[in-house]
Amino acid sequence: MTGTITGNKGLQQEEALIFEQDSSGRSGVDLPAPDAVTSRLGDAARTAPVGLPGLSEPQVVRHYLRISQKNYAIDAGMYPLGSCTMKHNPRLNEKMARLPGFADIHPLQPESTVQGALALINECARWLTTLTGMPGVAMSPAAGAHGELTGLMTIRAALEDQGGPRKRVLVPESAHGTNPASAHMCGYTVEAIPADETGRVDLAALKDRIDDDVAAIMITNPNTCGLFEGDMKNMSDAIHAAGGYVYCDGANFNAIVGRVRPGDLGIDSMHLNLHKTFSTPHGGGGPGAGPVALSEALVPYAPLPYVVAGEDGFHLAEHADNAEGKPYGRMKGFHGQFGVFVRALSYMMSMGADGLRQASGDAVLNANYLLARLEDDLSLPYPGPCMHEVLFDDHFLKDTGVTTLDFAKAMIDEGVHPMTMYFPLVVHGALLMEPTETESKAALDDFIRMIKGLASEARAGNTELFSEAPRHTPRRRLDETTAARSPVLRWRPAPD
Amino acid sequence: MRFLPLSDADRAEMLAAIGVPAIEDLYKDVPEGLHLTGPVDLPFHAGELDVGRDLAALAARNLDGGSAPFFVGGGVYRHHVPAAVDHLIQRGEFLTAYTPYQPEVSQGTLQALFEFQTQVALITGMDVANASLYDGSTGCAEAAMMACRVTRRSRVVLSGGLHPHYREVTETNARFLDLRIDALSPDPSAPEDLAAHLDDETACIVVQNPDFFGRVRELSALASACHDAGALLIVVVNEIVSLGALKSPGDMGADIVAAEGQSLGNAMGFGGPHVGLFAVKDRFVRQMPGRLAGQTVDVDGNRGWVLTLSTREQHIRREKATSNICTNSGLCALAFSVHLTMLGEAGFTRLAELNHAAAVKLAGRLDAVDGVEIVNDTFFNEFTLRLDRPAAPVVEAMAGQGVLGGVPVSRLLPGEAELENLLVVAATETNTEAEMDRLADALSGAL
Repeated sequence: MTGTITGNKGLQQEEALIFEQDSSGRSGVDLPAPDAVTSRLGDAARTAPVGLPGLSEPQVVRHYLRISQKNYAIDAGMYPLGSCTMKHNPRLNEKMARLPGFADIHPLQPESTVQGALALINECARWLTTLTGMPGVAMSPAAGAHGELTGLMTIRAALEDQGGPRKRVLVPESAHGTNPASAHMCGYTVEAIPADETGRVDLAALKDRIDDDVAAIMITNPNTCGLFEGDMKNMSDAIHAAGGYVYCDGANFNAIVGRVRPGDLGIDSMHLNLHKTFSTPHGGGGPGAGPVALSEALVPYAPLPYVVAGEDGFHLAEHADNAEGKPYGRMKGFHGQFGVFVRALSYMMSMGADGLRQASGDAVLNANYLLARLEDDLSLPYPGPCMHEVLFDDHFLKDTGVTTLDFAKAMIDEGVHPMTMYFPLVVHGALLMEPTETESKAALDDFIRMIKGLASEARAGNTELFSEAPRHTPRRRLDETTAARSPVLRWRPAPD
Repeated sequence: MRFLPLSDADRAEMLAAIGVPAIEDLYKDVPEGLHLTGPVDLPFHAGELDVGRDLAALAARNLDGGSAPFFVGGGVYRHHVPAAVDHLIQRGEFLTAYTPYQPEVSQGTLQALFEFQTQVALITGMDVANASLYDGSTGCAEAAMMACRVTRRSRVVLSGGLHPHYREVTETNARFLDLRIDALSPDPSAPEDLAAHLDDETACIVVQNPDFFGRVRELSALASACHDAGALLIVVVNEIVSLGALKSPGDMGADIVAAEGQSLGNAMGFGGPHVGLFAVKDRFVRQMPGRLAGQTVDVDGNRGWVLTLSTREQHIRREKATSNICTNSGLCALAFSVHLTMLGEAGFTRLAELNHAAAVKLAGRLDAVDGVEIVNDTFFNEFTLRLDRPAAPVVEAMAGQGVLGGVPVSRLLPGEAELENLLVVAATETNTEAEMDRLADALSGAL
């Protein structure tokens, strides 16, 4: 017998859906019987059951504990997803966000009862404006992509105010997919800009495309190849000369925090992923926060709401008539991802100006260490030094019968989450590795040894090691084609 | 510095392996003159004790819901969250995982999302739900834009009972696209004939239930009118607990539901992060924004889950995507799901009954206060009072006595004389009868 009777494998336990464990009537929460009252629900009262299962507290705790053990996490090991910045999430952040004075306050309480919260937003903004060297920051966007949309809308509002919105936004081929999607949602036509042979924006090609119809350029710096765009200032000058603006995708700000200020690069608008650079947890896909730093020219158009410091305390500008500038609208209900601000500020205060500068340096050092130790084993499309992440392509796998995907799945068997694959699109079979500053040298050395070993197995023609991987995970490769062709997106009771 | 494992010896050894003398040399692509030579002008690093002390001092300057009789609603509600919820979502395997792009090592997140999607579909009475959006307000805007894609029409009608922030976010999202938003004026004292606003350019009607003023409506007739006119009905829900007591939007004919899920599992947290619930009828699945977990099998034939239908999404479709959204509200969705799992059918419906009973009792108490009139005929756990004077200073005065007495409508809809005296008050299972007495006393004291 190869398997077990239960299907369990020691600590890896099979776990049914909550709907399959149902016993009607049970609840994991004791609630008193409600007093009888005359209903005020009118003709909208519910008449049919909802169909939810019923479980007790111990069943619920066991359920989620068991399924949690099927997840890889940064707490468990290195998570070198390029462009995602999987760094350690300090637990002080979590503790601070749960203080009742932060967690148990309502966004529409009178301002007089939330002065500490408004002060916190203001303080978080002070750190962000100082670090970016930009005069203002719109705090409300909920995530990076939401920040992109906010930044572009701010640009569009400014252009409309100055005469016309213009039509096109220039986006490099290597950009995150959110960039063109955000530009499109802002009513712009997207035009791709090619990369040059060094993996950076082709400055000449960019200049050729700039005319008085271009609203903005969207540049990621450091870019998604992990390289610093040394011509950034020249690009900014060129678009400014033509009356347009510079949007910077700040996803990779963690490489330059405390060392280079985006404001000095001529950037007008840049989102900051607090869940990356400033260590707030990714939570299996959110929540994040994407405040947008703004240049002098754009600050007046920032969306509502924002905190205003007055002599008698802090106030919220929540409406156009009590705002100083010309806000173009509102991106989100209430005042932004406040709980994420608490965590980010807790991190920034812990690291300080000196620690943040050391962190970006260590992140870049770690990535360059991987580059130096792995460039002979893998294939490097663009020479270093790199910034916080190092990009390899799949030339080293040529004629081995092993793909980038197979290689990644073999890494999973070795107990490490794979790097980002097949992104950016500008190189073939991309492998984008971002170790972050919170990995020790010993962890990097283990990773390097593992990658070297796998590369050598691939070259030796041991294809089965890769094509059969992963073997040691709660599930092996899953059939994504069938999942998309005949989607099953919810549990349904078995037909009687 | 406690988050940085490299020692100076490590750094030296690594720099030698790279072949450069210093970290600064790795920044050689940054042009001269753009390097900062030392730390920026901010405080230096600090230990847990110091940071904790400073942040606790800021927290102490806020009046939290546990320290005051609390009746504030208006889109965010104070409920009891069972202790196990926060414990479970803080497991590192959930807290510190990325989006489940490698399904073999993400089955925990994926199974939880699949269960979440099912729970949301069940309580909203819809066929399918996504893995969550940022919050209710952005979900409302996404729903309106989706309805325009589906119907290939460009006019959106917003009920006057829609939360003002939801209206503003929808208007802002539409502002630079070729969409027309017709927002009806808010009037809590008159019935609203939404169907009269339908025409052959209308993509959808967006209606909130219970609405911003707390009123509850049966929407079946409106749904039929929308469908006869070739438009979709979008139902927005601010207080998700209400669905334990009310007919579901799906049962009343909704095509899209955009809701805020904060009430279950999530702290008020001064307005975020929260969790947007988004559910649709089957036929609209491929036009839906946001992530989806789907069921499949692995090479050994075992059931498992993956992210699916990603060809709708920006990382594949770029500017042709259904939305630019690249994330969900994962951990908040998990908190929602754990709380709802703990409640179960019996707990969820009972929680709704408790909330309704609390509000009915409170309405009775406040109706007896001189200078107060209850505007609503119907409500779930929130209703509107008309005071004999402007509500904002009354709320301020009550706060001065340590009572958080509701949301003055003018906070969200300023400058409207007929709304100035309105106060929206919420009651939940957390409110005791003694607290209701405190509110009634504070209100009569302030009037």
